[in-house]
Parts: sequence; C-alpha cells; structure tokens
Amino acid sequence: MKKVIMGNHSVSHGVMASEVKVISAYPITPQTHIVELLSEMCGNGDIDAKFIKVESEHSAMAACVGASAAGSRAFTATSSQGLLLMHEMLHWAVGARLPIVLANVNRAVGPPWSIWTDQNDSLSQRDVGWLQIYCESNQETQDTIPQAFKIAEELQMPVMIVLDAFFLSHTYEIVDIITKEEVRKFLPEYKPEIKIDTKDPHSFGNLGGPDVYMELRYMIQEAMEKGIDVIKRVDKEFEEVFGRGYGLIQPYRCDDAETILVTSGTVSSTTRAVIDQMRDEGIKIGSLKIRVFRPFPFEEVFEVLSKAKKVAVIDRNISFGNGGIFYQEIKSALYGRTDIPIVGYIAGLGGRDITPSVIREIADKAIGDDKPERYINWIGVKK
Amino acid sequence: MKPAVMPLEELMGSGHLACQGCGATQAMRFALKVLGPETALVIPACCWAVIDGTFPHSAVNLPIYHTAFETAAVVASGLKAGLEMRGDTETTVMAWAGDGGTFDIGLQALSGAAERNDDIIYVCYDNEAYMNTGIQRSSSTPVGAWTTTTPVTNYKREPKKNMIDIMAAHSIPYIATASTAYPHDFMAKVKKAKSIRGTKYIQIFAPCPTGWKMAPELSVKSARDAVTSKVYPLLEITEHGQKLKVWKDFEPTSVRDYMKVQGRFRHLKDEEFDQIEKDVEMKWQRLVAKEKMLASIPGLIE
Ligand SMILES: Cc1ncc(C[n+]2csc(CCOP(=O)(O)OP(=O)(O)O)c2C)c(N)n1
Ligand SMILES: [Mg+2]
Repeated sequence: MKKVIMGNHSVSHGVMASEVKVISAYPITPQTHIVELLSEMCGNGDIDAKFIKVESEHSAMAACVGASAAGSRAFTATSSQGLLLMHEMLHWAVGARLPIVLANVNRAVGPPWSIWTDQNDSLSQRDVGWLQIYCESNQETQDTIPQAFKIAEELQMPVMIVLDAFFLSHTYEIVDIITKEEVRKFLPEYKPEIKIDTKDPHSFGNLGGPDVYMELRYMIQEAMEKGIDVIKRVDKEFEEVFGRGYGLIQPYRCDDAETILVTSGTVSSTTRAVIDQMRDEGIKIGSLKIRVFRPFPFEEVFEVLSKAKKVAVIDRNISFGNGGIFYQEIKSALYGRTDIPIVGYIAGLGGRDITPSVIREIADKAIGDDKPERYINWIGVKK
Repeated sequence: MKPAVMPLEELMGSGHLACQGCGATQAMRFALKVLGPETALVIPACCWAVIDGTFPHSAVNLPIYHTAFETAAVVASGLKAGLEMRGDTETTVMAWAGDGGTFDIGLQALSGAAERNDDIIYVCYDNEAYMNTGIQRSSSTPVGAWTTTTPVTNYKREPKKNMIDIMAAHSIPYIATASTAYPHDFMAKVKKAKSIRGTKYIQIFAPCPTGWKMAPELSVKSARDAVTSKVYPLLEITEHGQKLKVWKDFEPTSVRDYMKVQGRFRHLKDEEFDQIEKDVEMKWQRLVAKEKMLASIPGLIE
C-alpha cells in the first residue's frame, strides 16, 4: 500500500513490519516521531512489543542490551546528544555481539544548541563497531530496517541506520509500506543460539584476560569484513521479495565520468540533479553515494573511483584537526592504488542548506583546480 | 527472628575470587538458596564482576549478564521484557549491584526502573565504598570513615545517603534492609520479594574486611553489631511505601564498639564518636517515630 508519510514514520513502519519485540527509547528532536508512532502502534496492538519508556538514552541502549541478550528482537531510535550519551552502551552491544538495530537521525551536536542536520553525531561513533547505513529517501529508510535486522542477526552485530534531520526525517514522500506478512518471507524469526536461559546457564561478559580479549576483537572485525557480502546478499533477497534494492554504494553516471562527486544521505539526490544539468552541458561528471559506511566497501568504492581523473568528497561533518570523515575514508580506499587527486569539501554543517548551487560550486572548483593547494575546503563560510 | 533451617540448595561454587570474609559473597550465596535455579542475574561493574570468576569459569550456576556500571536496573528491565516476549514469564530477574552502582552512578537507571515498577528484584550489597577500584568513598560511605579518597586528614564529613527513603519515595511494593549476620531474615526477605510483582529493593549490609581495615573473622560480628548498635536498622517497607516495620527485638550494643574494630574509623577522636553516637540515636528515634506515625493513620491502606 502506498502512502505519503514522513521520514521518521517510515522508520516506525519498518520496525512494525520487522516484528520487533522490545522497543526502548527516549525523546529527542528530530527523532521523536519515530517512537511516538511506535508507542501508538504498541498501544493499539499493531505491533506485539513491549515498549520500555526509560529515563535516558543511556538506559534505552542498556534496556535493548538486556532484551537482546534475552533473545528478543530489540530496537531504539535517537539523535545527536542522545546517541552520544549512549556511547558506552554502543560499545557494549558490539562486545556482547547483540543484533540491536538503532535509527539515528543525524543532528548537529551542541553547543550551540542545534536541532538541524549534520553527521558528526553518528560519525563520531565510527569506531565503536556498529554497522552504519546512510539512507537517502523515505522508501529506502523503511526498507533498510528489515534489512538491518537480517544483517544484524546473521552477523551477530548491531546496525545503525542513519537519516538526515528534517531533510529526510520531516519530509513527506510516497512510501510503499511493507507489511509483517510480506517481511516474514524475507526476515526469519529471531532465534539466537546463545541467550539468557536458566535451562542453559552461562555467564556473559565476565572478566576476560589478555589471553582471550584479542580473539574476541578479531572476531568482531571478521564479522565486519563478512558483512560486505552479507549486506549485498540480503539486499538481493529483499529485492526478490519487494522489487527494490539499494546496494552498498550507488554510482550515478560514473561510467565515463572524469570527475566524481562522493556523497551520502540526502545530498545525494540533490547532487544527481546537478550531475544531470552538467551532463547536459557536456561535462563528464558523475556521483557516488556511499550507503554503507561500516563496514566500508573498499573494493566497490575503488572499482568506481579508480576510473575517474578527479574525486571530490562532500562532507557534512568534520573531524577537527583532520578533515571530512568520508574524505579520509575515500582516501584510504584509494591509497597506494591510484594517484587520482582527491579533494575534500566541508559543507552544510548544522543544517545549512546544501543547494544545487552549492554542489555546482564544489563541482566547478574540483574540475577547475588541477593542482589543489588545499585538500580540505570549506564551502560557504562567511568571512 | 525465628531460627530456621539453612536450605541445602547451593547455586554458588567455592571457586570464586572474593577476599576472605567478603560479605557480598556470603549475601549472594544466601540469596540464591531461596531464589533457586529459575533465576537470571544482572551484575554491573563492582567486586561481584570479578568474584564470579574469569572467562570461561563462573562461580554461579545461573545465567549472569555482566553489564556497565550504571545499568544494572535497566538491563534487568530489558532482560525481563525480552524473556517475557520470548514466552518465559517464570524466570526471576535479579540485579545485583554494589553501593556505588546503586547510590551513585546507577541511581538514575534504578529510579527509572522503580518508577516504571518493572518486575525485578534489585539487591544492593552495601559495603559502604567503591571496593573494586581500591576503596574510594561512595555516597554510602558513613560519616567519619577513611577511604583512599577521604584520607584521615580529610575523612568523610558527609552522612551516608538515605537510599531507603529515596526508594520509598518511588512507592514500589517492597523495600527491605538486611545484614549478612542474619541470613534467615535476609532469605525470608528475598523469598518475599520473589513472590511480589513489581520492583523490589533489598539493601544488605555486607562488610568488606579488606576495605574496612578489619580482620576477616570479624565480618559476621561487625554485620551483627551494625544492627544491634542501631547503625544499620533492619526494616521492611511494604504497601507501596505506606507501611514500615523496624526490627527492635535485640539487646542494644554500643556504636563505639562496632566502629572501634574497624581500621577505617581508627583516626576518630572521642568527641567525634560522641557525635556519631548521637546521630545514630537521633536517626533511630526518627525511624521508630515514623513507623508509629504510619501505623497510626487509619484507612491509609486499602
Ligand atoms: C562508567 C564507569 N566508571 C567507573 C568505573 C570503574 N569502577 C568499576 S567498579 C567501581 C566501584 C564499584 O563500587 P561499588 O558499586 O560500591 O561495588 P564494590 O566494588 O564495592 O563491590 C568503579 C568506580 C566503571 N567500570 N565504569
Ligand atoms: Mg561498594
């Protein structure tokens, strides 16, 4: 059934269709609609789940940890300060190998207080070990939830799905709403081998000395690496049932492109419009959307970008003292394998619009500058 | 207190990692004797995170979920919800935390679980300091005590936080204090807690000879003296905070004698002991008066 719904509600519908058993969350703008609708769905019986209304995000993730350890499918949603407050428990979910799914609405971090979008909240959690998938449309957002559970449960790893504040969370689009019955054909019931069970008692997470810790960490990295193929396969299986797939990355008009703009999130759609316009002018340009950020799809990215003459990375985030985070990742994907210039552009922090003209400015700069002096360029900063 | 038979059931093995005379270890053994095998434990950072043993060993023959320091209560809430959604409504979920994980860093999550009245037993074993990290003060550390962060030159000036009143303010169905010197009383309270739905809070006085600078063989004696000197009253709060029962059936003993065997109070002067004794008596009188007051309100309890 097709409906016009907001981005946040597309998350809720994905969660409902995935038959989540325990939800625990705390309100924060611009995520709140997700859990408001889920509360309603729990209340009227659309979803058979327990909703634990905790007193903080730290506790929201802790409650998910408990529920998931008990063998139930668990979900939470948050944003910005809330995600940062969860930090300790994000690590816990990884070390404990719990397939929790979290939806994070990308919101800038204070101070100054901001409710508008940028990616510093989720990207500052880059190294905790959660898989991260960045969505671009409401349809993709909804569809990524059951995909995320399937990936998470197979890898025994938590998955974060990420959407831009307002540009996606509050934007209404047509969504083909998936149902439980349909999703059952794609996502099997969650039946973990190891769980809290008095008939098979184990101690989980007790002291592990230097003789075991490293192996456990190795296994996490192994799961991440395996993740690339699992995500690809799960996406195909989803496509077989629903006719929609999203891939690890999405190249657009890249085949003969001399310049490629690398994007993520909603900027990707705006960029495609600019690419079309520039193609009409005869400029050989394309774009590459990074959908899956962790595990990072090194080979797939290399495959596309190595054919270009120049790569420009648009980052709605900044790692202070270094540069854009996607920029760093792209560089590491190409390192030692090509000498194409890769230039980073920081734009749209704290919700500043990245309009077609901003993207055009970046594209023109990238094309015009054969030997860029700076590899980290700020776009639109007022003097 | 009625003499009772010690249940033979033993869910704790001898191969644990506790110090000699550890009250927290005795407390766990007693609790498990009445809880039985259909119990799952949640343990945050505290001595008990270590006492259980190192991977792949565990001294407790029950599922244990080890979790972050401030999350015992809410992980227990999540665990209970997860088990119920899986169709397991029988398992008792017990959070088992130290005083630091309860009075301090875990207070917020505990308050949340209690306000939601989640169906868990929360036991705080109270050894009156952060022992696992090497004896630092907590808000449960009593006035006058030495710890490594309250040295004798600047010993703890603030009174122990009244955690029982804080829990009573949440109107949960069951609250009790206990002491390792009275295992049957403690076991009866745990048993009662198991039979009640909602959040149950039990705080057991659990001496730490290592942290209190005291001989291990004095562990049980000091747990008894704390009660009979009125330093650590044994009480129950039922009917969602409306009924208080204080145990008074003992020969009162001296506060000074209780304190003097513990190295953590060795630096105190006579006047300071006098003041502490006065405070203990004042708090005891207030507690007994409260008990009377609550009992005197007719029709308070439906
Ligand atoms: C967030 C966090 N801060 C600090 C610590 C270090 N830490 C571990 S146990 C502990 C003290 C525990 O004290 P208590 O709860 O009284 O238990 P006890 O050690 O006395 O058994 C501390 C400070 C931690 N694990 N996590
Ligand atoms: Mg302690």
